[in-house]
Amino acid sequence: MIKRLLTVILTVAVLTMNTGCMKKASSGEVYFLNFKPEVASVYDEIAKVYKNETGKDVKIVTAASGTYEQTLKSEIAKSSAPTIFQVNGPIGFASWEKYCADLKDTALYNNLNDKDVAITKGDGVYAIPYAIEGYGIIYNDAIMRKYFSLPNKSTSLTDASQIDSFEKLKEIVVDMQSKKKELGIEGVFASTSLNAGEQWRWQTHLANIPFYYEFKENLKEDETTVTKGLDKKEITFKFADNFKNIFDLYINNSVTDKKLLGSKSTSDSMAEFALGKCAMVQNGDWAWSQIKNVDGNVVKENDIKFLPIFTGIEGEENQGLCVGTENYIAVNKNASDEAKKNSIDFLEWLYTSETGKEYVSKRLGFNAPFKSFSENERPDDPLSREVIKWLDSDKNNIEWTFLSFPSDEFKNYFGDVLLQYTQGNLNWNDVKKTVVERWKSESNK
Amino acid sequence: MENSIKKYFPLFVIPTLTAFIISFFIPLIMGIYLSFSEFTTVSDAEFTGFLNYIKAFSNKEFLDSLWFTVKFTVVSVVTINLFAFFLALLLTKNIRGRNVFRTVFFMPNLIGGIVLGYIWQLIINGVLLNFGVTITYKASYGFWGLVILSNWQMIGYMMVIYIAGIQNIPTELIEAAKIDGAKGFQVLKNVTLPLVMPSVTICLFLTLSNSFKMFDQNLALTAGAPAKQTQMLALDIYNTFYGTVGYEGVGQAKAVIFSVILASIGITQLYFTRRREIEH
Repeated sequence: MIKRLLTVILTVAVLTMNTGCMKKASSGEVYFLNFKPEVASVYDEIAKVYKNETGKDVKIVTAASGTYEQTLKSEIAKSSAPTIFQVNGPIGFASWEKYCADLKDTALYNNLNDKDVAITKGDGVYAIPYAIEGYGIIYNDAIMRKYFSLPNKSTSLTDASQIDSFEKLKEIVVDMQSKKKELGIEGVFASTSLNAGEQWRWQTHLANIPFYYEFKENLKEDETTVTKGLDKKEITFKFADNFKNIFDLYINNSVTDKKLLGSKSTSDSMAEFALGKCAMVQNGDWAWSQIKNVDGNVVKENDIKFLPIFTGIEGEENQGLCVGTENYIAVNKNASDEAKKNSIDFLEWLYTSETGKEYVSKRLGFNAPFKSFSENERPDDPLSREVIKWLDSDKNNIEWTFLSFPSDEFKNYFGDVLLQYTQGNLNWNDVKKTVVERWKSESNK
Repeated sequence: MENSIKKYFPLFVIPTLTAFIISFFIPLIMGIYLSFSEFTTVSDAEFTGFLNYIKAFSNKEFLDSLWFTVKFTVVSVVTINLFAFFLALLLTKNIRGRNVFRTVFFMPNLIGGIVLGYIWQLIINGVLLNFGVTITYKASYGFWGLVILSNWQMIGYMMVIYIAGIQNIPTELIEAAKIDGAKGFQVLKNVTLPLVMPSVTICLFLTLSNSFKMFDQNLALTAGAPAKQTQMLALDIYNTFYGTVGYEGVGQAKAVIFSVILASIGITQLYFTRRREIEH
């Protein structure tokens, strides 16, 4: 009896597993798994408008903040899998390669301003960026003007835009911190958020700068700092001390005592900035909605500006913001041909039709890297405007080299040691050693 | 009668059996299979043999978090059961408002682990603020934070089980013991304790397995900080699965090892405490 029962169970199990694996999306419905929760409601509107204009259905689902990989992993195994999804760069592509359709012949790819930014392998084009973003040190010019008008200031500069090196930045920050009462602030920098899951501004964004300069040395002609980083199995972290320069400046001249930074989140820092408790915060153009939506926000739109992140590296007078993207769109290879075609149609509609473009630039606030967007079809929030201004200037903008960081775990280890260093439990040499070792172990995995 | 039971037995078993197969058996088989393969999603697995298990055991974090989990489990099983039993003894005495107390002690159990974790993070950080640090400052802070949290959450539930056990003891046994001259502690040791062994079995099993596989409280309270030193097994498995590209299978292998450990601990414990239970 038991034997027979077991046979039945096993057969059923094996059968269901097989059918589970063989199923493919058969309907032609477009299913877009969105990465950005902050614009989820805009996408719902877009789906309605698209239905009105073309009569076709689009299902748009948004993954909760920080759970995109998890959601995608479970969704894509279903019979009605997402037909459009997002990968976060070359590393993300490596994990989703089997699911990315070739987009070489689509109008979307040919519409790119610079075709080199797409993710390619061999002859194929597998993921296309849809928004260019930039980050640096955001400052509140009202507070800076107040500082520059102080009679006892130690600097000879008269405007924040004249800051063009770490030396000058440090002089001003330290002087401002000592005059924080007169300036009505609690610290120059917003809290360096080091709570778990909130460390990406340091272990990813700030870490970008030393690695950009490290990989840029002896760069061959057909390489970028990203492709070079992806090939690197070992690093020296040559500019570790430059990282330390700016990181120390952040944690020592902050709103919050450095031993307490382990409990701070990014929203805490953005709120401090919005409420005028601090003059500077490191973040990117996506942060505008966070600043704007804080109750009691005192920062005026015209006062919000960007400064490059200076770290004391030679030649940084010409350094611009860090500009790049980690938002790449891909189409599911395993979807039915009809669904694939519908998905591409939808994306082309979104990025080329008048209605679609209006939504992209004004409502989603994306700085889309496509030829179909003209000068005046760019997002008009103050931070995006600033990024565009920096893009158009003759400064050398820094690539997003962090796209080549070997894994999320590498970044987490980096963040962990930064926290321990900040709390005084590790010295800087330990930090440097851990980063070098972890790069090696994670990239050889 | 006997015959018709035999005849219709398959019919009545089918609903439960189907549910069991779909929600337990298939996932179990698939899970074991996946632990031997490399995959991105559960439907595109490629068989790779024991590679994942080799990687899992050569992973220092895995062994560290295993050790941390064992330490935590030992400490919290002992403290939870001691406190719960003590409270149960107290609240089976004739004290005013004992029903109110029972309810109050039980209530933390009704709150979800993530919420509890964040609440305790606020409380503990609030206290540590006086010393100018946070819970992430030292691994031992996180460890004791987790112990306090799990105690607070589970004591109430275990207390209810112990209360039921104590109330089940026939009063004449205790009376007889007292007439024979037994003092308070002797009654507790020689009458009450042996008779509540069934409750002890259940409580030990529940606390042991709940502490060993704790996840959401850990994630919310410390998330492993500082530097993964307060990371328990379940959290390590989660981070392995989602944190490194191509390491899904290793996470899965860790999960299989995890269930084997958990099952063997549970079975051994049940075997030993069962033997101490007595019929009355």
